[in-house]
Amino acid sequence: MIDRIEELRAAGAAEVAAATSSEALEQARVRHLGRRAELPNLLRGVAELPPEQRGAVGRAANVARKALETLIERRGGELAASELDAQLARDRVDVTLPGAPALPAGGLHLLTQTQREIEDVFIGMGFNVAEGPEVEHIHYNFDALNHDAAHPARLRSDTFYVADEVVLRTHTSPMQVRAMEQQPPPIFIIVPGRVYRRDSDATHTPQFHQIEGLAVDVDITLADLRGTLLQFARAIFGDERQVRLRPHFFPFTEPSVEVDVSCFNCTDGLLADGSRCPLCKGTSWIEILGAGMVDPNVFGYVREYGYDPERIQGFAFGMGVERIAFLKHGVSDLRLFYDNDLRFLRQF
Amino acid sequence: MKVPLSWLHEYTRPDMDALALAERLAMTGTEVERVLRHGVAALDGFVVGRVLAAEQHPNADRLRVCRVDVGGEAPVQIVCGAPNVAAGQTVAVAQPGAVMPDGTRLREAKLRGEPSEGMILSERELELSAEHDGIMVLADELMPGQPLAEALTIADDVLELEITPNRPDCLAIYGVAREVHAATGAPLAPPPWTHDPGSMGPLAGVEIAVETDRCARFTARVFEDVTIGPSPAWLKARLMAAGQRPISNVVDITNYVMLLTGHPLHAFDLDRVEGGRLVVRQARAGETIDTLDGTTRELDPDTTIICDAQGPTSIAGVMGGARSEVHPGTTRVLLESATWDGPSIQRTSTRLGLRSEASARFEKGLAPEQALEAQAVATRLLIDLAGARVAPGTSDVAGPAGRWWERPPQPIRLRDLRVDGLLGTPVDRERSAAILTALGFATADADDGLDVVVPHFRRADVTREADLIEEVARIDGVDNLPATLPARRDAVGRLTESQRLRRRASDTLAGAGLHEILGWSWSPPELADRLRLGADDPRRRMIRVENPMSADQGLLRTMLVGSLLDVARRNVTRGIADVAIFEAGAVYPVARGTDPREPPPREPRHLGVLLTGAARPATWREPQPPAADFFAAKGVLELLLETLRVGWRVEAATEPFLHPGRSAAVLVREGAGDDARETRVGWLGELHPAIAADWELDRVAAFELDLDAVIAAAPGAVRYEDYTSFPEVRQDLAVVVPDDIAAGEVVRVVREAGGPLLASAEVFDVYRGEQLGEGTVSLALRLAFRSPERTLTDEDVSARRAKIEAALAQLGGSLRA
Ligand SMILES: [Zn+2]
Repeated sequence: MIDRIEELRAAGAAEVAAATSSEALEQARVRHLGRRAELPNLLRGVAELPPEQRGAVGRAANVARKALETLIERRGGELAASELDAQLARDRVDVTLPGAPALPAGGLHLLTQTQREIEDVFIGMGFNVAEGPEVEHIHYNFDALNHDAAHPARLRSDTFYVADEVVLRTHTSPMQVRAMEQQPPPIFIIVPGRVYRRDSDATHTPQFHQIEGLAVDVDITLADLRGTLLQFARAIFGDERQVRLRPHFFPFTEPSVEVDVSCFNCTDGLLADGSRCPLCKGTSWIEILGAGMVDPNVFGYVREYGYDPERIQGFAFGMGVERIAFLKHGVSDLRLFYDNDLRFLRQF
Repeated sequence: MKVPLSWLHEYTRPDMDALALAERLAMTGTEVERVLRHGVAALDGFVVGRVLAAEQHPNADRLRVCRVDVGGEAPVQIVCGAPNVAAGQTVAVAQPGAVMPDGTRLREAKLRGEPSEGMILSERELELSAEHDGIMVLADELMPGQPLAEALTIADDVLELEITPNRPDCLAIYGVAREVHAATGAPLAPPPWTHDPGSMGPLAGVEIAVETDRCARFTARVFEDVTIGPSPAWLKARLMAAGQRPISNVVDITNYVMLLTGHPLHAFDLDRVEGGRLVVRQARAGETIDTLDGTTRELDPDTTIICDAQGPTSIAGVMGGARSEVHPGTTRVLLESATWDGPSIQRTSTRLGLRSEASARFEKGLAPEQALEAQAVATRLLIDLAGARVAPGTSDVAGPAGRWWERPPQPIRLRDLRVDGLLGTPVDRERSAAILTALGFATADADDGLDVVVPHFRRADVTREADLIEEVARIDGVDNLPATLPARRDAVGRLTESQRLRRRASDTLAGAGLHEILGWSWSPPELADRLRLGADDPRRRMIRVENPMSADQGLLRTMLVGSLLDVARRNVTRGIADVAIFEAGAVYPVARGTDPREPPPREPRHLGVLLTGAARPATWREPQPPAADFFAAKGVLELLLETLRVGWRVEAATEPFLHPGRSAAVLVREGAGDDARETRVGWLGELHPAIAADWELDRVAAFELDLDAVIAAAPGAVRYEDYTSFPEVRQDLAVVVPDDIAAGEVVRVVREAGGPLLASAEVFDVYRGEQLGEGTVSLALRLAFRSPERTLTDEDVSARRAKIEAALAQLGGSLRA
């Protein structure tokens, strides 16, 4: 009897070891340990044996059954792992196919991106963002900005008129006066927005964007303007930049300057191949904005709001967003900004 | 303003080349547009020659074969086509190898079989004048072979300056010389009007009357025995280099004096001034004048004119009349040099379309003193170049305001502290005085700075201390200032809540796959009709631009959908079929009852979204994604408004340009509890197919919101609501309702009946089918009940649910098992 048990165990073990799939293993289990298999039945029949045999046979059968069960479990684990590997191998995908996008990529217009970048630089320097109307009274657009009656910017050849005394603002500067009417000094604001001039070619669009700056307190100096714009130029165009101030004329600042930034495209006006830099035209300086100290006459228009020109002073500047975007991104024809071709928009 | 360096050098000669001078001027406030080369590029090959013989060309009637001594061992042969060439003339010769002003290099050539070793030059070939009738004949003292540059200015560097409108004094060679003197320190010669060959005192034979305040001063001199003829070569060359065409000596002299002094002049033929009397007055309506460009012009009372006994004979400061024009037979000249009111000259020249060098100077406002400066220089030249004899005396008449310029000027105090305080760096007082003196100002020491007297030619521009500080700063280099930062004191830089939310709105749409566009602020006039807006639709009331650059820019937009459609169309016609775009920008409505000729009280910022083509990009898994429809646009709207945390809903509503069955109004909820109210902030829908087709588009879904109104409804800082202490009970509910009851209405009824314990109710399935019967729809809702105070019991929930079911029954709904 004991020998028979050993035969059954050995046969079962061999079959388990030979099983190459979970199904084959299950068949082996049923054949050797199932209800009709010999070994379990043999165990069940132990009670009918003579008492002196019962102990030894029962033990041997039990050991054999446990051994088989262990073998089956182990073999089952092995088979499951290799079957999973095979399954995963079948599930392989071509990882180089495009992803199924959660959402397609959209984007902000390059001018919005540029405007925000500039806004953030000045917000970091303590400026707030003020916004004003685009359809503007000439009082704010010209008169209070010290443009004399014959200033050419007032001409209908240059400026869009809505009525005799109402224009589409030609710059963001009117907001200087409006902001000072609303808030006593100190005032630190920038004014982004749309402006309009009657000009249309590759470097001018009749509608464009400016960012005005205004800083007024008791002791703001032209040197402060230089420092502020140097920080701005470095934040936008790179840490190595220098700025240069050239005297100029604007009706609403005195002294007035034009501000150049050192060219970031070349060395001393020359490209690596020795040709003339197209960005700065070989001068190694690029004009980026106009600025100056707020003209006392402008303060004269808002004196009653706390702006006594004998007591307070400040600087103002104005830059074109299109120009900054053109310089940074090489968009050579400004009309592309308003064409809104998706092939253009998707690039930025 | 074109400044030939050779002319400038007559008054100041800085030790630097043209480019270095240009750089220095740019850094002191005079912008140099470019440096031009006038005349020949190189002087080589241009020599004086003497014509030894000029004979008829054997094969060409119009050509002569000349033997010309050019200083070499033997004369050379040159074929010449000019009719005036003759033996014995001293001429200008370009030899083979010389480069002409137009860039061509001269070579030995054969003309009709005769060899020619060079060219005998006309004035035009050297850009000395426009004259091309014949060759230039030079003075006999010149030696053959001598470099031509010693006899004529055949090459000149010309600075083209961009003069800012506050500096009419720099629209003059001498004014620029003064600026160069101050900027470089090079000595400045006395002004050309220092010695006046004319005299003051009464002028016989001419009477002048000034009857308008538009003329501050009118001066006149009379010249007899004038011989009209060509100007000498040097004068013509200077005019050419400065960009003026030489005409005849008297006209050339007036132009030359204007370029030199900055003050324009006008020459009358005195024999054609009827009655010997000139009256300066405003024109009367209906008066006309024939101007010297051959046009008859109608005058209006804003135009200042000069009249003789026969009526208008000149438009002051703008253009002379044909009747009194100087002509080849003129022998007596009346030279006018007057001071006009700038703004009115500008209006007149603009109205008549007659902008000239003269009007450009007058309109900036000239000083009355300059009138006699110009007379002095012109008198000298008329005597020297036109053989004129100046009659004694000068007519010098002031306008109604009198001779105000003769009053002693008030000095302006320039305080040291103010200079330092404005610039942010100390400036030495003596240095300030030296700069101002070089610029023509007079200075005297004062306790706390300088007392400065402004010269007449800067009177209009420099009136205050700040203007003087600018003069000092610009010459000493605003570029040498230190770079400091303002003390910011109370300034804290940040975006406002509404600016932050506007950025968030755009970011959300960009994140949802839309591209931002920037449209034009204007609207074409036909847009309202194309969108079928009703006759009294408020969006038809648009602000009109009086002088648009083109008709389609004639109005200001009141909605964004027009430019969105234009951009979509443009992209689709270029082969980009799937368009998902948005714009955030102002519109310019004219509120009812407001004047469209005043700035609008509000320029609301709108936000518009347009989708056409596929709702999602095609991929290898979904090669044919569905087309963007109403619900695609509504999904974007939901994402946007949920991101902004705005309470909102839509209700079916029509717009004339939308699909009548697929359009809605968008409403947002402002405030909370009993104070809550709803505001309509925009529309959502599919474009009417006919309107989409008008833009050559298929299905288009879009919405447009008043973004300011949406943001006004945003809640600000949101308060925390407890969701952890007590569990939520979720239940589903299916109800069959008649088809004409909107899902939104069902949800509203459920929410109302559910009361505060119903935390949310959302539609998650919609089913129509035969089993339900015609005209009904089944909606599946997911309900969530929650109390912030306790765990809900089954009784709590079933009580609320019963109320909900009752309310739905009232609505005509029946529950599905
Ligand atoms: Zn460069």
